[in-house]
Amino acid sequence: MNPPSRSDGDARTRRGSGAFVLARLLWPALTVVLLLFGGGLVLGIVQALGYLPGAGLSELSPDHFARVLSDPDFLRSLLLTLYIAGTSTGIAAGISIVAALVMASLAERARAVHFIFQIPLTVPHLVIAVAVVFMLAPAGLVARTAVALGWIQSPADFPLLINDSWSIGIILTYVWKEIPFITLMILAVLRHSGNDLLDVGRTLKAGRWQRFRYITLPIIFPALGAASLIVFAFTFGAFEVPFLLGRTYPMTLPVWAYKNYSDIDLMARPEGIATGIVIALVVMLAVVLAQIMTKAARRRGMLL
Amino acid sequence: MKKSFRRLTAVVVMVVVGLPFVPLVLWSFSDRWFFPDLWPQAWGLRAWTYITSTAGMQVMAAIGHSVAVAVITAALAVVIAVPAGRALGLFDFKGKDLISVFLMLPIIVPPLCVAMGLHLWFIRLGLAETYAGVIGVHLTFCLPYAIFVLWGVFSNYNPDFEDQARSLGASRFHVVTRVMLPMILPGLGVAALFAFLLSWSQYLSTLIIGGGRLMTLPVLLFALMGSGDRPVAAAVSLVFVAPAFVALLFSARYLGTRSLTGVH
Repeated sequence: MNPPSRSDGDARTRRGSGAFVLARLLWPALTVVLLLFGGGLVLGIVQALGYLPGAGLSELSPDHFARVLSDPDFLRSLLLTLYIAGTSTGIAAGISIVAALVMASLAERARAVHFIFQIPLTVPHLVIAVAVVFMLAPAGLVARTAVALGWIQSPADFPLLINDSWSIGIILTYVWKEIPFITLMILAVLRHSGNDLLDVGRTLKAGRWQRFRYITLPIIFPALGAASLIVFAFTFGAFEVPFLLGRTYPMTLPVWAYKNYSDIDLMARPEGIATGIVIALVVMLAVVLAQIMTKAARRRGMLL
Repeated sequence: MKKSFRRLTAVVVMVVVGLPFVPLVLWSFSDRWFFPDLWPQAWGLRAWTYITSTAGMQVMAAIGHSVAVAVITAALAVVIAVPAGRALGLFDFKGKDLISVFLMLPIIVPPLCVAMGLHLWFIRLGLAETYAGVIGVHLTFCLPYAIFVLWGVFSNYNPDFEDQARSLGASRFHVVTRVMLPMILPGLGVAALFAFLLSWSQYLSTLIIGGGRLMTLPVLLFALMGSGDRPVAAAVSLVFVAPAFVALLFSARYLGTRSLTGVH
């Protein structure tokens, strides 16, 4: 992982300082992450492997994982979750590039716009999911508007936009919520670099598209990629929005995992945890894949 | 930049951001609003009266739980993240990549997986259904964000000022309180704000570790959504976003034009 920002910091970065000083600075954070995060994952894996303290299951076996992975619903859930996370991230990233360019062209003194733009960052997903229900449900505000305009007569004529097979409500919720996050990450980079290069591009008679493709895009790519990856990981592992706005079948992986985990049948619990571990693995795999793809693109000269 | 273009941008941003709040506000002030009317048939304060009086205790308790959990989580996250951010921002050392990836990993891995794994262990330790347990699980994803922000802050931090203060006879305590803290204060605020908001909006890990016993605002909101009372759900939703607005106003006021990601 790269440092979040680096201007002239390198000159100040001290090399080879005492291990003791570093240990003293890092141990609290490392302890918390190791114990609570690492511990949680390791205990999850152990439980998913069949260890149930007090229930006498002392043998570890991959049975629960096998049962989850061989369940025909698993593949449907996985594909649905990938579709939702991929589509939401893609749309949000695309709009964010345009939004960042527009916001960058606004003067810094356009404070009101910047302020309003940041509001979605702070609004909980749950609230937006509730608002989306109120808007897009068959008797929601959009359907009522359609009636008022004479487009439809009854709620039954209104297309299904929540609990629907295309997960439109879920994707809209995520897009609304994540655009400011990705945009602000791009904007931070855009504000600090690029103007000189764009001037050079202009003197070299590079067109608008060429300047974007060969100057702006390579500059913003690391920030765009990192932000998109975080958004993908989040939307892939999030529960609330698909639980409220999704269909009962197929479910997204997190909803499926929690359903099994909270099942009154205690034997379903390890399967829920196993699904959780699979979610974590898919997300980590996505990060590794993104790294490999970035490296390959760089080698082929497609990126700086 | 043309003025009309700036106006257009402002209008688009305002409409898109404001749109979801329209149904929430309308529904929370409606007493009767049947399909297909575009406007409530009867306005009223039934929902607001309900959440302030009938369910007032419950809502107040939920607000209290949410505030307590989020404030303590944010405080702990920042206190632990400052030294870690300093180590990552100011020093190059062997294994730095590995340590930083490990510390940032919880940003990527969903809290759901961690909470399910921790649950049984927390029951054993008596931490399930307690503040400590819920704060513990919130800390796993709030701390990495705080470290990320402070890492950026310390990458642009000049420790020479500390040396100067020390050479002028400042004690260790004074170097921290009079030199370091004032210099990193804006970044510290952003880190605390991030951690607070992440904890504040967290639902599932709170439900798993809190066992439904520790009713934070999102847990209550989910329960209300199930009851199907739209005006009440709308009113609680608005209560739920209120601190977010306050936090944003606070950050705009004290951090100036810097955005929430303005750690540069």
